[in-house]
Amino acid sequence: MKLNLKIWRQPSQQAQGQLVDYQLDNVSEDSSFLEMLDLLNEQLIENGDEPVAFDHDCREGICGMCSLVINGVAHGQDREKIKQVTVCQLHMRNFSDGETIVIEPWRSAAFPVLKDLIVNRTAFDRIIQAGGYISVSTGSAADANALPIPKKKADVSMDAAACIGCGACVAACPNGSAMLFTSAKITHLGVLPQGETERYQRVVNMVAQMDKEGFGGCTNMGECEAVCPKEISLDFIARMNRDLISAAFRGISPTV
Amino acid sequence: MNVDDIKVFEGDLDSAVPEGPIQQIWDDHRFNMKLVNPSNRRKYKVIVVGSGLAGGSAAASLGEMGYNVHCFFYQDSARRAHSVAAQGGINAAKNYRNDGDSIFRLFYDTVKGGDYRSREANVYRLAQVSNNIIDQCVAQGVPFAREYGGMLDNRSFGGAQVSRTFYARGQTGQQLLLGAYQALQRQAHAGTVTLYPRTEMLDLIVIDGRARGIVTRNMITGQIKSYLGDAVVLATGGYGNTYFLSTNAKGCNASAAWRAYKRGAYFANPCYVQIHPTCIPPSGEHQSKLTLMSESLRNDGRIWVPRQPGDRRPAAQIPEEERYYYLEEKYPSFGNLVPRDVASRNAKAVVDAGHGVGELQNGVYLDFSEAIGRLGKQVIKDRYGNLFDMYTSITGEDPYEVPMRIYPAVHYTMGGLWVDYNLQSSIPGLFVLGEANFSDHGANRLGASALMQGLADGYFVAPYTVGNYLARVGADTGDSAASAPEVAQAEAAVQEKIDKLMSINGKHSVTHFHRELGKVMWNGVGMARNDAGLREALQRIPEIRAEFWENVRVPGSAADLNQSLEMAGRVADFLELGELLALDALHRTESCGGHFREESQTEEGEAKRDDENFSYVAAWEYTGDGSTPNLHKEPLKFEYVKLTQRSYK
Ligand SMILES: Cc1cc2nc3c(=O)[nH]c(=O)nc-3n(C[C@H](O)[C@H](O)[C@H](O)COP(=O)(O)OP(=O)(O)OC[C@H]3O[C@@H](n4cnc5c(N)ncnc54)[C@H](O)[C@@H]3O)c2cc1C
Ligand code: FES
Repeated sequence: MKLNLKIWRQPSQQAQGQLVDYQLDNVSEDSSFLEMLDLLNEQLIENGDEPVAFDHDCREGICGMCSLVINGVAHGQDREKIKQVTVCQLHMRNFSDGETIVIEPWRSAAFPVLKDLIVNRTAFDRIIQAGGYISVSTGSAADANALPIPKKKADVSMDAAACIGCGACVAACPNGSAMLFTSAKITHLGVLPQGETERYQRVVNMVAQMDKEGFGGCTNMGECEAVCPKEISLDFIARMNRDLISAAFRGISPTV
Repeated sequence: MNVDDIKVFEGDLDSAVPEGPIQQIWDDHRFNMKLVNPSNRRKYKVIVVGSGLAGGSAAASLGEMGYNVHCFFYQDSARRAHSVAAQGGINAAKNYRNDGDSIFRLFYDTVKGGDYRSREANVYRLAQVSNNIIDQCVAQGVPFAREYGGMLDNRSFGGAQVSRTFYARGQTGQQLLLGAYQALQRQAHAGTVTLYPRTEMLDLIVIDGRARGIVTRNMITGQIKSYLGDAVVLATGGYGNTYFLSTNAKGCNASAAWRAYKRGAYFANPCYVQIHPTCIPPSGEHQSKLTLMSESLRNDGRIWVPRQPGDRRPAAQIPEEERYYYLEEKYPSFGNLVPRDVASRNAKAVVDAGHGVGELQNGVYLDFSEAIGRLGKQVIKDRYGNLFDMYTSITGEDPYEVPMRIYPAVHYTMGGLWVDYNLQSSIPGLFVLGEANFSDHGANRLGASALMQGLADGYFVAPYTVGNYLARVGADTGDSAASAPEVAQAEAAVQEKIDKLMSINGKHSVTHFHRELGKVMWNGVGMARNDAGLREALQRIPEIRAEFWENVRVPGSAADLNQSLEMAGRVADFLELGELLALDALHRTESCGGHFREESQTEEGEAKRDDENFSYVAAWEYTGDGSTPNLHKEPLKFEYVKLTQRSYK
């Protein structure tokens, strides 16, 4: 198939960027979206031009590295809109011959563009550093089966832990909020008995860091959940807000 | 490189395995280690390259102990290291199922599965600490699958006769990595660990025979910078991407290990490459990587091809008696659950004989219709839903309706930098962990054992052995290394290589050469190897390498984020490593595990070892570009596991 691409090009964080037009021919329907970009890049290189920079690594939908806004949707969308996937899992059979496709980076104040389609997401790491863990040092654990955990709780924890930290939620949110990401970690750890001790300090610290990083507030638009490739639920945000209120009642304030 | 010019050294490699009964030596060894006083640990600087299961867990643990740790990785976040992609699970000898498992049995199975080409003492320790790993991960909040009663669930994996595999849906690697990542972030917050994202190691600095630091490139600004320390830990993963197409992430590379090799670290058993039987076959020239479909699918899927070569009818129109269930027929007791290498070779054999299925006739069927009929669609959906969805989004086919198509792909590399019992390489102060070392899996790795090894190395072995080393050498508090000429020299070498790559300005992209190398590797050094094919590969690889250095085009600037330059450096290293891999495969004329030499097979066509001549680790020493490396042999002795020829009939 033949495609008209409009791709965001920006030489560096400081530079101005713009959409640039490219025509690409002979794209296989069976190739993935990133393989389509590989093809474009090989042609650009062989023609002496600079290839388009984009983040990717596993190409299996699990590392969270790939991050493109396609036709206005974070990670793009399959034709039947059956299932949201990461862009590395999106395949070209979801597009039509002759289609124009607009490709942009994540847009958010907290995720500055580094080059072309690559953004800096280290703000997410700093949110985790503020408290996204259970404080247990190597060697100090009891037998793994000493503490039975109801399957239901373990399953909720796993649902939340499935987050890949890609940042599509932030990119999709009109406020640039990181509530879905943060609440997923808070739920993953907070529903488990191991995570109970630090539960309230954790939520207070992580939310404080989130605000410090310049992420916006949540106004319940639900755009984040709609683009999440891992089906992270808005319910986790509600849960996080309840924990925050409980923490306030307990008089817990941030230590970060 | 010439196989006839190899200089052989015997008896000069010290594996540093302590004397004593295997059950006891790790405890005794730990007791005999020198300790660093906790209040002094801050003075010791440890450089950790890699943030996967091995590097992440090591950096976090060393940080918790109070060392001054610096952790480098090429992704933007430590959470994205390729360990994240592991699906199936992690083994441990907990025996929670009371099905006869034990530390000794896990040890035994691992040595046997590795086709008797691993070091017994290391494997025994691995089995010993496997139980601590599960405890540690649960305490960190890793949401392993559980039974209704709240206890941890287990499954049998990769043909094991006991259920010892712990898992977290189809995302075990992700969950274990998040555990290590969170521990690492906790230490970053505490100030014991400094993180260096998007920073690539390009050389090792060796001063007075000790590893003292690394040269790195900042992948955003292009800045070349050295970091010095008292010890260097490499946990940079495997070299499967030498084959271009593999299940590894696109960024996986061998550069850190390869540059260490060129600085004097021995590279062991490079020819031991695992080819995984259940991957989605390539769909055309555009293919950039291959996707693994978890091995667990073989528990319920039946593998078959049309009995008639060239039969292109859709699967549903091929009647039962015209289907060739080749694994079930050949291996009645193991059937579809034979080990990976056996399953892979048999798939290649039927495809080569013209039985292949799919548009390109490059796959075999993995059929769930019988299991769906027996258990119902919902049960299959609960077990494999995610994998089925992934298959559908990649191929556009629905495996609930038509059989999956699968084919083997390069997956894991058992070889790696040679290490002793302390995980120290042949360069003092350079420790190598995880897939990057060669230590525990012999010639073939069992399913769910790589995650175990990465975390064993990082949480429970290296923190002790690195500490012991540091206590013995003492801290370089005055940073005397900083003024050593070796630092400037290593930086200059890195800069020179980059300048060279930028200046060639040839006709082809880096990917072009990588793809060429991949074809040669897959055809000549792939699933089945023979003398003529290996010799041809040994001739072709240097040709491609020469062509690369004359005709590659790396656009843009080196002082900038430049993905072509990153790839160019990695592919340049694969072009060298591929040659060593082929040489190792040529010199080892026996078959063992993942290394199958057509000249060495049983009458039934199974891999035939030659214990008399090849019961050793082949550790290669660099002797200069293009020149034939020296071979150091570490003899393997089996005192606890009886050598037998594997048979899965
Ligand atoms: C698809 C797939 C599924 C798998 N499933 C299983 C399974 O179910 N069970 C199992 O036991 N094993 C499985 N494996 C194998 C297992 O995942 C790996 O062997 C293991 O995770 C490797 O861990 P590691 O820490 O050694 O390396 P990695 O996780 O690969 O980490 C390497 C680290 O090194 C860094 N790095 C690399 N090069 C450089 C450089 N030059 N400079 C700076 N940093 C660098 C990277 O950034 C990264 O942080 C699977 C593998 C794959 C590919
Ligand atoms: S590249 Fe890893 S999730 Fe897309």
